[in-house]
Amino acid sequence: MNAPLIHLEKVCKTYRMGEEVVHALQDVTLDINGGLVAIMGASGSGKSTMMNVIGCLDRPSSGSYFLEGQDVSKMGHNALADIRNRTIGFVFQSFHLLSRTSAIENVELPLVYAGVSGKERKRRAEEALKRVGLGARIHHHPNQLSGGQQQRVAIARAIVSKSKLLMADEPTGNLDSRTSIEIMALFQELWREGMTIVLVTHEPDIAAFASRVVVMKDGEVLTDREQEPVVAVVPPPASRPGVMT
Amino acid sequence: MNPFQTFRVALRALLRNKMRSFLTCLGMIIGVSAVIAMVAIGEGAKARVEEAFAAMGTNLLIVMAGSSSMGGVQGGSGSQPTLTWEDLKAIQSEVSSVKYAAPQLRSNGQVMSEEQNWGTQIYGTTPEYFKIRSWAVSSGSLLTQSDGDTGAKVAVLGQTVADKLFGVGSSPVGQNIRIKNIPFTVVGVLAKKGQSAMGQDYDDALFIPVSTFGSKIQGGLKKYLSGSIMVQAATSDTARTQADVTALLRDRHRLADGIDDDFSIRNLAEIASAQQEGTKTMTSLLAAVAAVSLLVGGIGIMNIMLVSVTERTREIGLRMAIGARRYQIMAQFLVESLTLAFFGGLIGVAVGVGTATWLSSSFGWSLLIRPDVVAISVVFSALTGVIFGLYPARKASRLDPIDALRYE
Ligand SMILES: Nc1ncnc2c1ncn2[C@@H]1O[C@H](COP(=O)(O)OP(=O)(O)O)[C@@H](O)[C@H]1O
Ligand SMILES: [Mg+2]
Repeated sequence: MNAPLIHLEKVCKTYRMGEEVVHALQDVTLDINGGLVAIMGASGSGKSTMMNVIGCLDRPSSGSYFLEGQDVSKMGHNALADIRNRTIGFVFQSFHLLSRTSAIENVELPLVYAGVSGKERKRRAEEALKRVGLGARIHHHPNQLSGGQQQRVAIARAIVSKSKLLMADEPTGNLDSRTSIEIMALFQELWREGMTIVLVTHEPDIAAFASRVVVMKDGEVLTDREQEPVVAVVPPPASRPGVMT
Repeated sequence: MNPFQTFRVALRALLRNKMRSFLTCLGMIIGVSAVIAMVAIGEGAKARVEEAFAAMGTNLLIVMAGSSSMGGVQGGSGSQPTLTWEDLKAIQSEVSSVKYAAPQLRSNGQVMSEEQNWGTQIYGTTPEYFKIRSWAVSSGSLLTQSDGDTGAKVAVLGQTVADKLFGVGSSPVGQNIRIKNIPFTVVGVLAKKGQSAMGQDYDDALFIPVSTFGSKIQGGLKKYLSGSIMVQAATSDTARTQADVTALLRDRHRLADGIDDDFSIRNLAEIASAQQEGTKTMTSLLAAVAAVSLLVGGIGIMNIMLVSVTERTREIGLRMAIGARRYQIMAQFLVESLTLAFFGGLIGVAVGVGTATWLSSSFGWSLLIRPDVVAISVVFSALTGVIFGLYPARKASRLDPIDALRYE
């Protein structure tokens, strides 16, 4: 396939608030084909709007969006739902796990909507949880897991369908710096395995782990540059008093 | 995603919040149990009325002395005797719309066996009487024509009298009893009939030949029949038989036009159908009340489902983001409300049957649990779940995933 995974062509998104018209995205033209892409920018610069368009949660007001060469900007909601199910995985700042539901059941959810049979679903969900390092906690409920572990469950859910694209809106926003680095290390692994990851962050420390940084301002792309990513290395655990080693 | 998976998703969502699910069911449980209990009691009352009238005999008329305006309806000893034995014969032989006619003379009296003594109703009558009532014996035989002709001192006992005099499960046939101190032989015991529609206990009675009654129990005027005449119409057109008998008696009593009847006729068939109409009205009234409570249960479900949709907005957004189609969200919420309503209905049936049984045992009401009513209630409650779940489910499926994910 020589068509890029993501191709945005003069994408505009406008919101009408009474009299006022907000241009959340203005003539954004952008190709993403692989990489760990960080989208940065001030609050209100259009990062989330861009994520929603790329993630097929929203359609552009004008312009076109090609995903794997397919024009999705004019698709109906059922077709978009199917694309989200098969091609895109989502990770959110607030994890969005179903409460009172075990990790494995949370991870199985996209496969339920894909119509995968129960046994196969279990197998793949378990595999995804192992992949994110939670093989021992598959039956834990979200309230029995730390924030970092919950985000790992969410990442397992995003990769369980073997989708090509992972969208993450501020995935480390609710995590401490150490856990953030752990999550970024996981993203780097997934990226090196061939997944395309687009993440929104406002922290330069996090953006440093990306292979490409797109900076937005007032709905437009301000800068777009490739970079040598800093390798995310989790620092050894701080020694705690009273713990015998 | 197949329907089974949809059901599993919905069930899991319900089990995740057991208390809320139970509270939602509660409305349905109350609604359905009200339907079941009320209809069971209504139908029970209806069945009892029907049964009671069946025990009395079908197409029945009772001719009594005295006009109804004189209070002669009571047919008691106070009314002037106007009916004669000849009247009875004439009704039997001259009116073609009459199938059977039989006298019914009544007296209270003390009855004794070797060990016991019991106060009861003593009836003097003829063999036709049992045909009119369609009563049969459980042991022994009924009164015969020759018993009447010879004035035999024989008696047929009601079940209660037999039990009181000889003990439950005894065989009184052939035994001797004394009625008002006169010895009689028991020839038969009637099968148990239960309470009549008019509040009489036909089991607490005994029957002797009318000739014996006249000579031994209550010596009266020879010409007059000091009781009433039971008439069974030949067809269900009891009104015509009533008119025929009235015409015959007016003619025999030489009553000129414009003069009131000196007798009265009660048409029990008409009373029976009026009573049955009454209980039917009661049943439909109870059903209406029950339907309203079912409606309230449905509205309860809609309420909780709406709250549930709002509460789970983020969950809905997440499900949409990971690929749930709108109709799948809709199906999930519909199945949730259907499941709640259906199980509410099932539990309601159990509670309703329990309540009805309890009511009937503590207040002595009869009840009739009709399987069709149970089935309809369960189906109807499931339907209520779908109908009242439709709006919340649609609301959920129309959410915008972006707004839903961001909902706080
Ligand atoms: N649903 C909406 N309705 C109206 N305006 C919106 C909506 N979503 C976003 N906007 C506006 O669009 C602009 C870009 O928003 P957003 O993409 O959320 O920015 P960011 O994520 O970079 O903070 C902002 O001015 C915001 O107010
Ligand atoms: Mg944002």
